[in-house]
Amino acid sequence: MNSELDGDREFPMAHLSTDVLIVGAGGAGMYAAIAAAREGASVLLLDKGQVGRGGATIMAQMTVAVALGEQEPDSSQLHFQDTLNAGRGLCNEELSLLLCDDGPKRIREMERWGTRWAREDGHIKQEMAPGHSVKRCCYVDFLNTGPAVAATLRRKVSEIAAVRRVSNLSVIEIFVRDGRAIGALALDLVSGQFISIQAQAVILAAGGLTKLFARNSASANMGGEAYALALWAGAELIDMEFVQFFPIGHLAPRLVGMDPIMWDPFRYKLGGKLLNGRFEEFIDRYGSTDFGKYNVMRDIAAYAILKEVEAGRGTAHGGAYLDFRHIPEAQLRGAFGPVIDRLLANGIDLTKTAVEVGPMAHYHMGGVRVDAHMQSRVEGLYAAGEAVGGANGANRLSGNAITEAFVFGERAGAHAGEKVRRLESHWHDDVARESVERFSNLRNAHSTGTTTPIAVQAELQQLMWKKAGPFRTGEKLNTALERIVQMQRELSGLRIGAQGQFNLDLQDWFELRAMLTTAEAVVQSALARSESRGAHQREDFPAPDDSLLKNQVLELKDGELSARWLAPVRLTQQ
Amino acid sequence: MSGSSIKTSKLHVKRGAPGEAERYDDFEVPYEDGMSVLDALCWIRSHLDSTLAIRYSCINANACKTCMALVNGTVEYTCIAKLTPNALTVEPLPKRPLIRDLVTDILPEDEKL
Repeated sequence: MNSELDGDREFPMAHLSTDVLIVGAGGAGMYAAIAAAREGASVLLLDKGQVGRGGATIMAQMTVAVALGEQEPDSSQLHFQDTLNAGRGLCNEELSLLLCDDGPKRIREMERWGTRWAREDGHIKQEMAPGHSVKRCCYVDFLNTGPAVAATLRRKVSEIAAVRRVSNLSVIEIFVRDGRAIGALALDLVSGQFISIQAQAVILAAGGLTKLFARNSASANMGGEAYALALWAGAELIDMEFVQFFPIGHLAPRLVGMDPIMWDPFRYKLGGKLLNGRFEEFIDRYGSTDFGKYNVMRDIAAYAILKEVEAGRGTAHGGAYLDFRHIPEAQLRGAFGPVIDRLLANGIDLTKTAVEVGPMAHYHMGGVRVDAHMQSRVEGLYAAGEAVGGANGANRLSGNAITEAFVFGERAGAHAGEKVRRLESHWHDDVARESVERFSNLRNAHSTGTTTPIAVQAELQQLMWKKAGPFRTGEKLNTALERIVQMQRELSGLRIGAQGQFNLDLQDWFELRAMLTTAEAVVQSALARSESRGAHQREDFPAPDDSLLKNQVLELKDGELSARWLAPVRLTQQ
Repeated sequence: MSGSSIKTSKLHVKRGAPGEAERYDDFEVPYEDGMSVLDALCWIRSHLDSTLAIRYSCINANACKTCMALVNGTVEYTCIAKLTPNALTVEPLPKRPLIRDLVTDILPEDEKL
């Protein structure tokens, strides 16, 4: 059965039907679509923005970590060890090994499909990046990795007849019947109508939650929906306290057309000075050195920058200066060619101006708890890419995010595609009818409020940044939790405009509803982890506590979040 | 310029859906050097009128290519079109079917319902 709109059904909404429904069309979702179709499944690939043009992949201008061994000898075992070291004891080793083992296959497959990895002397060029023991990171010049791989995957999925793509469709609830995922309810932004979707399997590929934080480095549409959808459907989440904050994201001057974390390779290759608002070196005040080496650890850089700001020595936009004025223009151009012109088009002349940088939310290590088939505990509900929790433990190794998007996307698609061949449909119209009845009156019921969903989103972003950001305390987290719970109660009173087509209030409202659930999961997990480990830093518990060398697993019980602690998944001796 | 330390910019924005009478709304937004037209449109949605329909996905990477509109009569990506301290007119793309306000139907045929 392929996905066709069916207007003749008894219940009052449009209906689509497919074998595999994929929620989110970034790198993981598109790869999952290709893999599911290879298994003979029909696929419906949805994105709330435009297919292949939103999410994290397209913004990732940096590198992809894979043990190709093209630049120097390497092995997936070595990549695996580096990944575990970065993860500070909390990696799900089964998932980490899968990521490292399958990475090379996916990168070579992408090359066959047209991605032009940077090459040198007849081999794929691989660079060193922090945390890697060998030169392992490939890329597409210049700082164009994400847009290039997104273009390859967009072209590939568009060539497959079994994959139907639909843009501007937001999934707002997964249908579950007798413990099995059977489809989803979606909002068509263009028409303002609800659409019911019947599926044999559902893959959540809308990971990432950077939009929860006022300062973030990804696309504007990553509100953490995959995590909320999974929880509501009965799946478990793992490691939700581990949000990765990138220490020197771009703050000012306003920069468009670039990834805000682009300064990292600049700093390593050229040597950029980190200076406080008074143009003084400051890293040495925090137990480290940077001058002349430019390699201070990320967590120390983030801490030092925020402490200088707290002491009143920050820059105008609340960060530090990154200064390249000591580097001759020819050297800047030699290293970054056309990127220098893109900076100039933004009015940024690195020979004359220091830019302002600071920590920002960048990536989420936590996510849906899945088995090695990427299936959650809800039968037929899978996760892929950043939506998956566990592979990166407490801290992600740089370059593992795109690898994980491809590897977990491919695995989820292949397993779901293979499984649906063996399944009888478990669909029942009543499940969709009940779901839509809960939301159908939203526009009328919300015409009188004064506060808009987007205004509350902005407040939540400030709250999460200030109270649950890079450096946390029990007091701050409790304040955040209290306000989040209040905001959840206020959801029913927010104003939604009456307009039918392209009603962004309505989309904002559903997005906010998911953001609040995910934010609560992050804050509750962060409160319970009374130690500092990896990306989770508590000022009131500054050291690691080995009794907490466990993963925190969340589920919904009677509508309330409930946590338990589990020993990390280790591989048995091989 | 006035003596005020806060600079502002004025946007003259075409509104409405197919079949409705033509109308323009005027908005005043805080202006900072380097701001894009999309920044201003997002600010309007957050602070003045959340019902304004705009289209964007990646917001500032000029990667999604979905935020096109007419800015002072020229087709621009609003995410890289610079805001100016003067008044700007923003209108939907003229050769595409209008959905509402600044949003037109630009999706490929095979990405629609």
